[in-house]
Amino acid sequence: MATGIRDKVVILGMGCARFGERWDAGPDDLMLEAFTEALDDAGIERDQIEAGWLGVFYDEQSVGKSAISLSMALRLPNVPVTRVENLCATGSEALRGATYAVASGACDIALALGMEKLKDSGYAGLPERTKGSFDDLWMPSYTAPGAFAQLASAYSARTGISMDDLKRAMAHVSWKSHQNGALNPKAHLRKAISIEQALNAPMVANPLGLYDCCGVSDGAACAIVTTPEVARSLGKRDLVAIKALQLAASNGVESGHTSWDGSYTLTTRTAAGRAYAEAGIDNPRKEIDLLEVHDCFSITELIVMEDLGLSTPGDAPKDILDGVYDRDGLMPCQVDGGLKCFGHPIGASGLRMAYEIYLQLLGRAGDRQLDAPSIGMTHNLGGIPIRNIASVSVFGLAR
Amino acid sequence: MNKRGILAFGAYVPQRRLPRKIIADAMAWANPALQAQGKGERAIRAWDEDSLSMAVAAARDSNLADFDPPQNLLLASTTLPYADRDNAAVIVAALGLGECINTLDMTASLRAGTAALANALRDGDGTSLVIASDCRDARPASPQEMQIGHAATAMRVGDGDGLLARALAHRAISRDLVDHYRARGDRFDYTVEGRWLRDEGFFKLIPESVQPLLTEAGVSAETINHVIFPCPARVAGRLCKTLGLPESALADDLVAQCGDTGTTHPLLLLARVLEQAAPGAKILLVGFGQGVDAFLFEVTERINDYRPRLGVAGHLEQRREETSYLRYLAHQGAVAVDWGNRAEFDNRTALTALYRNRDSVTGFAGGRCSKCGTVQFPSNRYCVNPDCRELDTQEPVSLSDMKGRVKSFTEDWLAYCPNPPLQYGNVEIEGGGNVMMEFTDCKPGTLRIGMPVEMQFRIKDVDDRRSFTRYFWKATPVQET
Repeated sequence: MATGIRDKVVILGMGCARFGERWDAGPDDLMLEAFTEALDDAGIERDQIEAGWLGVFYDEQSVGKSAISLSMALRLPNVPVTRVENLCATGSEALRGATYAVASGACDIALALGMEKLKDSGYAGLPERTKGSFDDLWMPSYTAPGAFAQLASAYSARTGISMDDLKRAMAHVSWKSHQNGALNPKAHLRKAISIEQALNAPMVANPLGLYDCCGVSDGAACAIVTTPEVARSLGKRDLVAIKALQLAASNGVESGHTSWDGSYTLTTRTAAGRAYAEAGIDNPRKEIDLLEVHDCFSITELIVMEDLGLSTPGDAPKDILDGVYDRDGLMPCQVDGGLKCFGHPIGASGLRMAYEIYLQLLGRAGDRQLDAPSIGMTHNLGGIPIRNIASVSVFGLAR
Repeated sequence: MNKRGILAFGAYVPQRRLPRKIIADAMAWANPALQAQGKGERAIRAWDEDSLSMAVAAARDSNLADFDPPQNLLLASTTLPYADRDNAAVIVAALGLGECINTLDMTASLRAGTAALANALRDGDGTSLVIASDCRDARPASPQEMQIGHAATAMRVGDGDGLLARALAHRAISRDLVDHYRARGDRFDYTVEGRWLRDEGFFKLIPESVQPLLTEAGVSAETINHVIFPCPARVAGRLCKTLGLPESALADDLVAQCGDTGTTHPLLLLARVLEQAAPGAKILLVGFGQGVDAFLFEVTERINDYRPRLGVAGHLEQRREETSYLRYLAHQGAVAVDWGNRAEFDNRTALTALYRNRDSVTGFAGGRCSKCGTVQFPSNRYCVNPDCRELDTQEPVSLSDMKGRVKSFTEDWLAYCPNPPLQYGNVEIEGGGNVMMEFTDCKPGTLRIGMPVEMQFRIKDVDDRRSFTRYFWKATPVQET
């Protein structure tokens, strides 16, 4: 009988590169920037790393196939390295690989590094890539904003909340993240905005305006994980333990069956249920002190608050406008700026979220430190609402 | 011949209409004579339409479901997208006519439409679906730019009790009179003086064919009820006088409403006449292009029971005015617009994958689970219904004639689209199933959740680098008729 990974693995050290349009940095530089911080934080030697997982989404325009690029950039001692890719959950997937390796006893210390070098594409937004030889024949040549924008029309139809009211709640989501990003020296977008700016921005994909969309950024984030025993033997006292790592993937119901109405993310609901069970969380709204959710677009953040069981169905707009998810609210969300302002280098994002939770739980978040949180959660939604991977991870201070 | 005739017909005229005044206003600086021609409008294809997509639409307008699949498919056009690929085979797949069918592309003359009709009427046995479809390009400021229109017409030809119109006679003349031509690889026609065409072409060839036609059929000219001539109205009027035809029988040439639709035009006008004709009416139809085809038809009682889905009249009513001359030029490929880096995406088609999936992609076939009844697209060996998920229970089902309902939508200004914004969303198919698909012929700002939609066969992408056009189905709001 599987017992899950709760408290079997702890984070020994983490690092995160400065996110943004890093014209100065190539994939190697970004990996190194995150890695050296994590290595210093862990207080170990490079040669103590026994295995590595590299998360990169657009391998075509940065490092190519495999994780040899990781081994070469960091001059690792010929340890096994693996490149993983799971859309926008890629960073969380890398962490899952390293965590499972340690939990299984296959190795004591493992590395998870997520990196994305997007700004070599030559244009704004995410690069256009094939959807596969069959899907290219029939699927619309959608963009990410267009695919997620549809959540808004369906959510409005389901709840009866007008598009104007929904748009105001979405503007609050972005306003809040910009306030938070302004406090974060590593964030891509560091300017606060007004609600009016968000409401009146140029349209990208109706109803998503420019400020409803996250940054397209270069960046990398890194975690070094081990067992609680090894961590203590290395002299670590405050430990952040991994309480749950869960993924759920679409099986075609959303894209092909009428039971899905287009207004929510089915996989988030499934992954959250599994993660709460693995972490032993009964009442997430009470027990979770802070969270980082996949705010690729403002409407995504709004909708997943219900899918994660934090807002009751139909109440997310009200909770958002009431400040429940603001940094001084009941459940502060995206206190580091989120995908919206910290930025979204795809392969790095899951680990970037874990990095913020890690800093906050250890009281090391500087100007943006919250008051003594003990449980944090991250959520990624990779893909588009009709076919996606959701990941939900829970982190807590080790007893 | 008089056992065979027309069993059904349908038409398609694109919704977009370009008022000729827009051309005149934009280009009279180059050719002041255009000002005098700035009346009426032309039907023009949308960016995602071509001769194949229009041909499919016209065939679907001819009530395909009421008949068995035809034995022959004849496709006539001077603007077929492929010089070496059976264009008709694409239509066979899109219409789901089944593979046991003779296909023939007829091209290289504006007479191809009537020539196809003549061949179908001559066939020994079996039913033929004749489709004429043309969307000729014209150089800016040319007289052709004022005249040309885009449209398609389908005629089901065969024999039996169901004839709407019986063919009484046909005569053909082949003569290499070159009033215009378009060499292989060229986009535009080269034309010479119209007066020569009138005097040596229309005034000579039409009487040469019509008089013996009437004699052969034993029909006197003054008893003809409808006359369709392939020439300007004034010329047609003089020909009526010369031939003793009642001038009142001259059919509206529809040039003011949709322009001269080339290969399609004689068939389009025949379809329009059939929509209005009474039983017993006699129709004289002449097609022209390096010779003539002249036909005499007699309308039967069955005409009272037949309606195309929308027909010529219905399609002409569905008009959407093009207000931008530059957008028209861009969509005809006459102006190269900078679509940004996103348009550099390589649309190379895996022809092997297209072949394996031809029923899904070209025919829009999904699956229906024989256990739970769920309709799904694309079909998969396992059923998509989360409460079923049975293996190998899928039976093919065509989605092209199914209605749908908008489940979600967006207007995407980031995605590349020759007519931005790219509009797409999830469509719930009647009988179950969901497909995320593009919307076309849909004014931005008009989509609503729950709105009924129907399916259209359209260009999905064009691979400019390899000159390959790929097609799929798009949803369009159901038109109220």
